[in-house]
Amino acid sequence: MMELLLDIASWFLLIIGGAFVFIGGVGALRMPDFYTRMHAASLTDTLGTILVLTGIILQAGLTLATIKLVAIMVFLLLTSPTAAYALANAARLSGLAPERELSNEKRP
Amino acid sequence: MITLFGVFLLTLLVITAFGIVRAQHLFVSVMLTGIFSLQMAAIFFILDAADVALTEAAVGAGVATVLMLSALALTENRERPTRPRWVPVIVVSATTLMVIYATFDKPLLGDPDAPVHQHVAPWYLENTPRLIDVPNVVTAILASFRGYDTLGELFVIFTAGIGVLFLMANPSKPGAVSLFAATEAEGLRHHLVPRVVGRLLVPFIVLFGLYVQFHGDYGPGGGFQAGALISAGVILYALVDGEGKALEAISPRFLRGMIAGGALLYVGVGIAGMLLGGNFLDYSVLAQDSIAGQHLGILLVEAGVGLTVTGTLLTVFHSFAARDQQER
Repeated sequence: MMELLLDIASWFLLIIGGAFVFIGGVGALRMPDFYTRMHAASLTDTLGTILVLTGIILQAGLTLATIKLVAIMVFLLLTSPTAAYALANAARLSGLAPERELSNEKRP
Repeated sequence: MITLFGVFLLTLLVITAFGIVRAQHLFVSVMLTGIFSLQMAAIFFILDAADVALTEAAVGAGVATVLMLSALALTENRERPTRPRWVPVIVVSATTLMVIYATFDKPLLGDPDAPVHQHVAPWYLENTPRLIDVPNVVTAILASFRGYDTLGELFVIFTAGIGVLFLMANPSKPGAVSLFAATEAEGLRHHLVPRVVGRLLVPFIVLFGLYVQFHGDYGPGGGFQAGALISAGVILYALVDGEGKALEAISPRFLRGMIAGGALLYVGVGIAGMLLGGNFLDYSVLAQDSIAGQHLGILLVEAGVGLTVTGTLLTVFHSFAARDQQER
């Protein structure tokens, strides 16, 4: 019974995480300008990472793999937002301005 | 499932390769090269070559990208437009067709009857536990059975390091400003987050490098991977805190010592074996017990490899960075 519940929980997390990663990918392709694309990719990537890795941890149970997965998660949670920040910051410093006006008429 | 992953990754690899060739902006090409290496590492991993995957990820996606970027700082950002040249296109197409034709004769992936699995591999797999007794057969082959080959590889890296020193080195002045000094001066405020996180990560990267170095007998890893990881950590330190700080931590003199010392250590272990009555690079005579001797020999030889690789990669990085400062 316990195992079944764990399985359901872990698959739920994995599917939700995969959905977030997918939405991030779609956002990175579809959003109008650089900063909104970054926003879509970075935010959902972080959330997707947490959900997917938690799902895998539930599958792994209390083993050495769990410790490794937690280490990977901590590493990704530190580096992924930092990379997103550095990218956006570099774009801003090099003079790329966010698009202010985003009316539907401008976009086909 | 693995086949699906493999096809997916190989398709991505081809797309990335076309992207590298097609991109006019060299910065884009360099970034795609890093992605290419990462995909290669993933492919190596699903082929169960964890040692190679680790090397490819650390060298290809990590250190090589930084080196290419430092080289890019010395040159223009854009490729000069060239007319399409037909001779290379024809040669490449013909070669591609021949290679594709040759793959029809290739045994299937993982086929136990494939010639590679029939030749020396069974002998290594059978005799490693008896003769060397380390769980990672790759390390046993690399450092002991095939010690000569690895010595040759080490000398290749050694020669490359010396070549770069000859071509690009300038006597480093104390307090020299470098490639990244500009960002350092103006960007303290702007780059606070990467700096803080980078500093936080450096010790863990170096620690992981040391783990890979000394755990190579038991898991994937060894001198090459550890050297790449440790130098990636030090390069990260140079990127966030300025190259001067990194040079203060490990001086160019010390780096040159590492390049030569690692190769010397490798050869020294071989000669020690000769003096103790064995063959060159025969580690069995290094200790009373032949297996203990093998363990000691592999440890020392891997340490030599790690030293030379770290020294060479860092020297190449510093040479590029110093060169940029000269040009300005």
